[in-house]
Amino acid sequence: MADTFNFELVSPERLLVSAEAVSVVIPGSEGEMTVLPQHAPVMTTLRPGIVSVELSTGEKQDFVVFGGFADILPTGCTLLAEAAFAVNDLDRDEFARRVEAARADREKASGDEEVMKLDEYLNQLTTLQGAILPA
Amino acid sequence: MPSLKDLRNRISSVKATQKITKAMQMVAAAKLRRAQEAAEAARPYSQRMGQVLANIADAVGEGDDSPRLMTGTGKSDVHLLVVCTAERGLCGGFNSQIVRLAREHTRKLLAEGKQVKILCVGKKGFDILRRDHRDRIIDRVDLREVKSVGFGDADAIARQVIELFNKGEFDVCTLFYSEFKSVISQIPTAQQLIPASAPAKTDDAVGDDKLGGAIYEYEPDAGSILSDLIPRNIAVQIFRALLENAASEQGARMSAMDNATRNAGEMIDKLTLSYNRQRQAQITKELIEIISGAEAL
Repeated sequence: MADTFNFELVSPERLLVSAEAVSVVIPGSEGEMTVLPQHAPVMTTLRPGIVSVELSTGEKQDFVVFGGFADILPTGCTLLAEAAFAVNDLDRDEFARRVEAARADREKASGDEEVMKLDEYLNQLTTLQGAILPA
Repeated sequence: MPSLKDLRNRISSVKATQKITKAMQMVAAAKLRRAQEAAEAARPYSQRMGQVLANIADAVGEGDDSPRLMTGTGKSDVHLLVVCTAERGLCGGFNSQIVRLAREHTRKLLAEGKQVKILCVGKKGFDILRRDHRDRIIDRVDLREVKSVGFGDADAIARQVIELFNKGEFDVCTLFYSEFKSVISQIPTAQQLIPASAPAKTDDAVGDDKLGGAIYEYEPDAGSILSDLIPRNIAVQIFRALLENAASEQGARMSAMDNATRNAGEMIDKLTLSYNRQRQAQITKELIEIISGAEAL
């Protein structure tokens, strides 16, 4: 049994990581999940959160993603993130801007379902902001 | 017959123009490289997106519950044309080629009795199109402030399009942009955005091989992932179009400026020749005057 799998993190602008990994923790929309080699094929959407990767070299990397989805196969795992940054590169202003944008969307939204969805998104976003960028 | 001084002025002004076009060509070459890199960097995302979308659309099938963005409204009465052009001119036939394609499309649709609405991305397309389709242009997106196109810009356009669709403003949406083939060839392209056609599965068999016929689990269910995915796919398509456009624009400008530089060079040669000829003629004339003056004595 293979003890590593191919992990890729892609944002629309570029390919952030493409490497052999031992395990990856993904902030799935239905809860966090850890992907290990030989995982059953799953496709899930992501909520804003932190992806932590343990590479086969033993190195650990953390990334912040803002939504997107994951395509998991026994041999690999691909994250298509709407936007992704390495945790250390994340800009406080950038984050604040996203929260602002989400708030503006929430104000404009009509229809219960949409409001609910945006509320949830906003909530996740602010939680994440509190967690990684303590004031 | 222009005087010597006129010719001299003319030569120096053409030389100045040549310097400018040469500089523009070099700037375009540098920008082209960057635009190409950006387009290349964005490719993995759209490829994977296509694969995933094909897989999932296959799983969901064409049912009544498939999202409307995919099935369309069932009509094709009102068409929305999203015309992406550059913000700047001086890039050869780049803008006019895209606009010409959009215009032909419009004419065809109007002849079929359809209604046409236009959304302009970029200033140049708007400037040309407003001459004869002013009342059809519903909005324009300005990217003049944007130095290099980011996904956010594409996302904003996609949102606008989807919002219009949800309001029932149009039935079919087509995207116009220029595909970058090489520096000397950019192909104006029309691509249907809505209703979205799922990319063919045969496009890239790699995904299938890896999958080995296994069945995906979906979290949440396949339907809601699909309805989340399709708007995002539209944004990705627009993003890709914008990047292709950016590369095409610089490519077109580079070859246009290369031509201009060469033309200026030829013009300088010709002008220099007639300048020298005239100078010689004048010298000869003066000599003759002196000689005949001396003979008369």
